[in-house]
Amino acid sequence: MELLEAISAKFNYWVYIVIMMIGLYAMISKNNLIKKLIGMSIFQTAIILFYVSIGVKEGATIPILYHEQVHPSHDSGHHEADTSHGAGEHGSDADLHAAGPLIEADDFANPLPHVLMLTAIVVGVSTLGVGLAITQKLYGEFGTIEEHEILDSIISGK
Amino acid sequence: MKALAFIAVILTGWLLMSAVSDFPDWGDPASPANSYRLSQHYITETFPETSVPNMVTAVLADYRGYDTMFETVVIFTAGIAIIGILRRYGPKDESVLKQQATIYKKDDDLIISTTCRLVIPIIQLFALYVVAHGHHSPGGGFQGGVIFGASFILLALSRDLQTAQKWVPENRILKLAGTGIFIYAGFGFLCLALGSNFLDYQILHKIMPATPIEARSHAMLGVEIGVAFTVTAVMFSIYSNLASNGRMKEGL
Repeated sequence: MELLEAISAKFNYWVYIVIMMIGLYAMISKNNLIKKLIGMSIFQTAIILFYVSIGVKEGATIPILYHEQVHPSHDSGHHEADTSHGAGEHGSDADLHAAGPLIEADDFANPLPHVLMLTAIVVGVSTLGVGLAITQKLYGEFGTIEEHEILDSIISGK
Repeated sequence: MKALAFIAVILTGWLLMSAVSDFPDWGDPASPANSYRLSQHYITETFPETSVPNMVTAVLADYRGYDTMFETVVIFTAGIAIIGILRRYGPKDESVLKQQATIYKKDDDLIISTTCRLVIPIIQLFALYVVAHGHHSPGGGFQGGVIFGASFILLALSRDLQTAQKWVPENRILKLAGTGIFIYAGFGFLCLALGSNFLDYQILHKIMPATPIEARSHAMLGVEIGVAFTVTAVMFSIYSNLASNGRMKEGL
């Protein structure tokens, strides 16, 4: 029961660890090179999920400012109250900022993990492509993508 | 081997699971990552400093400009590596080609080709929107580039590789990928030439009709276009090399 509560409290992390373990197991133990690459992608997915969940904030929205915060002149009255203490802090900066409502850090999700994962996804696709290319080349060379068969034919060939 | 792998995986998992209780709760605004002043700064100061409402794009293309530039170089290198590994220019291996031709030879399906002819321009238009509007709405160079590359892959899938090659022949792919890096690094060197730091876009207001803050926004759009060029080219290059086994003749 205690374990169950411990799991449900941090459920998301348990899921990522299990996904990561599946990927790691596939990468180590599978003989088929394509299955190894699938394992690598599963592992990457676990890391991406982990990072994105780090940036989540309860009740916050995506890290893009609202239209009203960017163009305060478009809406008529209701941001007037915020203007006073928005202007005080950054008076020297832009007049853009001084006119807008105050941007609260707690209203927006943490953008940094999103940035890191954005590039990680595309780079992951590229590395997967290189892996597939090498696998295809090996298949052309040895006629198989089973790791131990490739090893056998290398050893017997020498 | 399997038992050894299982033990290693269980050990790794156990180590991580025993650390789970130290991780912050789901959606906790006071967690170390969320309360650190760097992320606070990104959220509150991005718009005053760069006039870009999308913080992700601003952090990607401006604050972490070096990182993104070399990520783009990584993608470019992956594209070059795939061409280096797979591409074969030698005389045709007739037996393989014939085998492939019998497998993949089929009549063009009217429904598929018509639908793709209608859908592909819309996909490409949407990709351009995602790139160009990336600093006001979700999007940017990586996402738009992937969508644009996917439109060419769809063309190659719905017709054949030859048709797609008419639009993006191999030499054009390499030129596009190189141009993307050149645009990105060019913005960096332009800043350098104007007397500021590498990728410090503020200085560009000297040659742009914009304030220093707006210049950062415009330069971000520029480097995102560079990223989109490289990603588009490399995505199609990966597909076309893998699908045709480096021959670039008969694809899937």
